[in-house]
Amino acid sequence: MADILARYDFLGAFWLTIQLSFWSALGALVIGTVVAILRVSPVPVLRLLGTAYVNTFRNTPLTLLMVFSILGASYVLGLEISDNVTTNIFYWAIIVLSVYHAAFVCEALRSGVNTIPAGQAEAARSIGLTFSQSLTEVLLPQAFRGAIAPLGSTLIALIKNSTVAAVIGAAEAAGLMAVIIENETGSVLVFFLFAVGFVILTLPVGILFTSLSRRLAVKR
Amino acid sequence: MSEPLVVIEGVNKHFGDLHVLKDINLSIDKGEVVILIGPSGSGKSTLCRTINRLETFESGSITIDGKTLPDEGKELANLRADVGMVFQSFNLFAHKTILENVTLGPIKVRKTPKAEAEKKAMELLGRVGVAHQAEKYPAQLSGGQQQRVAIARSLAMNPKVMLFDEPTSALDPEMVQEVLDVMVGLAKDGMTMIVVTHEMGFARKAADNVVFLADGEIVETNTPSEFFSNPTSARAKDFLSKILTH
Ligand SMILES: Nc1ncnc2c1ncn2[C@@H]1O[C@H](COP(=O)(O)OP(=O)(O)OP(=O)(O)O)[C@@H](O)[C@H]1O
Ligand SMILES: [Mg+2]
Repeated sequence: MADILARYDFLGAFWLTIQLSFWSALGALVIGTVVAILRVSPVPVLRLLGTAYVNTFRNTPLTLLMVFSILGASYVLGLEISDNVTTNIFYWAIIVLSVYHAAFVCEALRSGVNTIPAGQAEAARSIGLTFSQSLTEVLLPQAFRGAIAPLGSTLIALIKNSTVAAVIGAAEAAGLMAVIIENETGSVLVFFLFAVGFVILTLPVGILFTSLSRRLAVKR
Repeated sequence: MSEPLVVIEGVNKHFGDLHVLKDINLSIDKGEVVILIGPSGSGKSTLCRTINRLETFESGSITIDGKTLPDEGKELANLRADVGMVFQSFNLFAHKTILENVTLGPIKVRKTPKAEAEKKAMELLGRVGVAHQAEKYPAQLSGGQQQRVAIARSLAMNPKVMLFDEPTSALDPEMVQEVLDVMVGLAKDGMTMIVVTHEMGFARKAADNVVFLADGEIVETNTPSEFFSNPTSARAKDFLSKILTH
């Protein structure tokens, strides 16, 4: 077992998982916030756009999107982000993970928006705040605080879903695990080791978000 | 004295099939205090809310200080800044401190420097008697205190007119007076006020006129003493007999 770990870059693979997850979480947060704003905007066309986004990406299998990014977008359409194959895969994996999880971030934020009484927006408007000021000063801060728990669940799902990047050959944890299991004996132990690796990544995230959601909850 | 500040002309509004405001005409002078009174569902809140366009209306016009209410956007926001609104349920920003609640509008809308906005806010909080609570959050205050903060938040914008929609009806009885006292003070200082309330003591003490609404129509306009002792319309008589007997 020890020699397997010595011959394969176990930590390097998990480091890639962390990088993938980090950048994708950031991307998903930004895109998801924008889509959530679309979904609560007073303009019907924008709302429709937001709804269409969520329905499309929430209902498409992640594996499909991942494969499409390389086979469809990169090879057929020639949308290569980098000439370096590994880098290209890395970037595309981040984009796909961001775009896919943004739909869930949006829904988490919307559940946060639903915790806000209508009077908050009315009070914001009645002191003369514009729509965007009402959003940034009153609605979004409260929506984020009300959405911390579901956002935490989304982040945990994202970390685990980053393993799907293995299908396009990203050398993250699940990719390495597949390689080791194929080449070596003692696969149950290897599997167990990787599972523990993911628990070590996700468990603190869960604990952190639970405590944050308790501490930052808006008292009404 | 007679200088119309809020002029409502021929305003009609529907909620679906329900005709909630029927050809409302009302002119309120600078410094005037008007009470809106009437049965539940008569359209008092709706009328209040159309004045700062929290509700739209289909026909007629509302002008504030000579300016017509614009449809949406920046211009409407600017006009709303001149119209204070105090809600039944206070609606203080739950994630902001009392001080931040009062300074948000001045800083973001009026572009007042933070230090200056805070100084003015502390003065206003002192005036409504909650200065020592400035660093707390709304949920930590009693209803009466929250409502007084809400009044300070409106005042911080230097509004031309203030709307109050049943400001005391969500309060425990022992807190009603502290809020009414603040409102009487405002009226005495010359604030133009439109107040939805059934508080007759306040009406008698502070109001210039009482407007009685029923089924979306203005049925009677009168001085408080005349309205409460000698209402002319049958519907006002009927309404008053109901609220006076309990
Ligand atoms: N958003 C809305 N959608 C549909 N109908 C509404 C809406 N708001 C109010 N209404 C209806 O319009 C009518 C007038 O309501 P409004 O709230 O203005 O009455 P009110 O005089 O303030 O009553 P109350 O004393 O109970 O506060 C009522 O019949 C009410 O049910
Ligand atoms: Mg009402």
